[in-house]
Amino acid sequence: MSFNEWLNKRFPMDRLVREHLTGYFAPKNFNFWYYFGSLALLVLVLQIVTGVLLAMNYKPDAELAFASVEYIMRDVWGGWFVRYMHSTGASFFFIVIYLHMFRGLLYGSYRNPRELIWIFGMIIYVSMMATAFFGYLLPWGQMSYWGAQVIVNLFETLPIVGPVLSEWIRGDYVISDITLNRFYAFHYLIPFIIVGLVVLHIVALHETGSNNPDGVEIKKGPKGNRWSKDAPADGIPFHPYYTVKDTLGMVVFLIFFFGVVFFLPEMGGYFIEPPNFEPANPLKTPEHIAPVWYFTPYYAILRAVPSFAGTQVWGVLAMGAAIVVFFLLPWLDRSPVKSVRYRGFSTKAFLGIFAVTFLVLGWLGTKPPSAEYTAMAQFLTVVYFLYFFLMPCYSGTGDNVGKSGLALFVISVLLAAGSLYLCWAETPDLGTGMKWLYTILSVLILFYFGLRPGWIKADEVKPVPERVTG
Amino acid sequence: MKMKNMKNLACFGLLALAPVTAMAAGDAGIELEPMEVRLQDTRSLQNGAKIFVNYCLSCHSANFMRYERMAKDLDIPEELVLQEMIFSDSKIGDPMTSVMPPEKAAEWFGGVAPPDLSLVGRLRGADWLYNYLKGFYVDETTFSGWNNVVFDNVAMPHVLAHWQGRQRAVFGDDEHGNPVFEHFKQETEGSMSPEEFDHAMQDLTNFLIYMGEPARLVRVKYGMWVMLFLFVFGALAYLMKREYWRDVDVSH
Repeated sequence: MSFNEWLNKRFPMDRLVREHLTGYFAPKNFNFWYYFGSLALLVLVLQIVTGVLLAMNYKPDAELAFASVEYIMRDVWGGWFVRYMHSTGASFFFIVIYLHMFRGLLYGSYRNPRELIWIFGMIIYVSMMATAFFGYLLPWGQMSYWGAQVIVNLFETLPIVGPVLSEWIRGDYVISDITLNRFYAFHYLIPFIIVGLVVLHIVALHETGSNNPDGVEIKKGPKGNRWSKDAPADGIPFHPYYTVKDTLGMVVFLIFFFGVVFFLPEMGGYFIEPPNFEPANPLKTPEHIAPVWYFTPYYAILRAVPSFAGTQVWGVLAMGAAIVVFFLLPWLDRSPVKSVRYRGFSTKAFLGIFAVTFLVLGWLGTKPPSAEYTAMAQFLTVVYFLYFFLMPCYSGTGDNVGKSGLALFVISVLLAAGSLYLCWAETPDLGTGMKWLYTILSVLILFYFGLRPGWIKADEVKPVPERVTG
Repeated sequence: MKMKNMKNLACFGLLALAPVTAMAAGDAGIELEPMEVRLQDTRSLQNGAKIFVNYCLSCHSANFMRYERMAKDLDIPEELVLQEMIFSDSKIGDPMTSVMPPEKAAEWFGGVAPPDLSLVGRLRGADWLYNYLKGFYVDETTFSGWNNVVFDNVAMPHVLAHWQGRQRAVFGDDEHGNPVFEHFKQETEGSMSPEEFDHAMQDLTNFLIYMGEPARLVRVKYGMWVMLFLFVFGALAYLMKREYWRDVDVSH
């Protein structure tokens, strides 16, 4: 009896390899956007490996934490390399995940039957944000301290439970040694939960099969190819074809990654913020507190919403909603086709507008507030939500908007009206030209994407081919 | 006697304000003269280290920097470091601690203890440091009698005034009537010419940048080899991908 037989009687090694690698047929027409899934896995592994190495020398103690990071940077053999890989990896993880999510938006990867894959993916994204937030406190620099202070204080705005909740999170009245200890515990724990979620994400993916740039269901197409007579004709075995292709993708990715690690580890203050080279000082508030770049779109939304009715909770709710709304995508999209290639003009246009909106909000989140920036953030926050809320109207065929779609249209009109009220009545420092610009653009978006006038022929979807195209 | 009391009172008032102004300081909004960092220039780093241990280390510390690391990185023999660069009972493997007790230091400098300088290069950047080191001017209204154009109301006196000489700052008004720095007016000559002083401050800044991140001396060098490896690996990965994908009929 060979070892192989011995093993496979006790553990389904061959079956697992067959089902998930050599016998998993993926569409043969994956393009550039399909590299980011395997790259995300690569970065997750890099973060866990470098993180464990850092944990061997890091001290989660308010008195020692800052010095222990410098000890790693100077006295630990290769410590600077491991630390830069970890700090650069955090930012690259978000770059890769944002591109991976954008791929989903482009090709409708979240659509029936892949809703659960999308939900698992969103839970991974939220878990990543939590991990990044907890990890950012650990170097115990000024930005670590005050960034955590700002975020934990957000919970304080919640009615009734707020003060108790934020104190419970910190374990103290201010961010302190106790907070640092528990954040370290969570920062070490959540990545392993993410590994479990990634398994769920991939198991669900391999159950439905991968989507592709044409949005064609290869499982429903003709059968038979050179590897198997039962497999989809447009599918190819994941191993070796996509493993060799993803290897190439990983090398190209690592060129960018190590380019930052070795030549620009601070990335102009975006990956490592200079004020964080000063130890945390509870008595000295930095002049300008900005979160790391991957949180800034949400930070801009948080700041855009003014406090009213005596509470600041609205900004916090808007920020939460900006993340939660992604979970609803599978049910907001009513298009008969999946891929952007065959969508109508308005879906393509709004996706482009949304991508630009997300980037500009991210840029605004790094800037100190001013009348112009706040007005722009308010307008773009509304555009951000309109992308989702108007989706049943502009993506659908017109007769499948439904009651939920109508309700979301009404909410969209109210949102736009609210932001225009702020713009005209509450922002005296803003020029009249800008006020009119935001007004006209808001009305245009509501009219064009919400009502989708019948005379626009460009909005019809194109016919989807039977088979994938090259 | 009466004059002296007045002066003491003024000092006391400034002393009370010192922590507040120290917090607000940092970016005075003046245009910084850029400085090129040259970490490959070992002689410049050595000179910077000499100035640092002789003039900065008496009050400031560099607690994350070890003498031994500096000796190795800057090609300075250890015996020379022990004889000429260590003025306390520190050993070669010890970090660069200051001989001044921090609680006393805060008292002596009007409430602000001189900060540790290990990471000042990364916190402030080369341009800021270079301009700060050259930016001291005589100002009788401050606790120390000195002020700085890039760090308003700084608690630190001009330690290198005997090199640079005494200078005064000439301010104009902006459109809101706020003072804007225009230029310096030399009051007394120092022992160095302006060019010599500029060079000395460039060397010191160079050293502070090195000290902020000693790994910077090697990381670019290693980075080149890693890039070379990745480009070769990338070419092979591309050829392997192309070879495998001959099997796949991409059109249909």
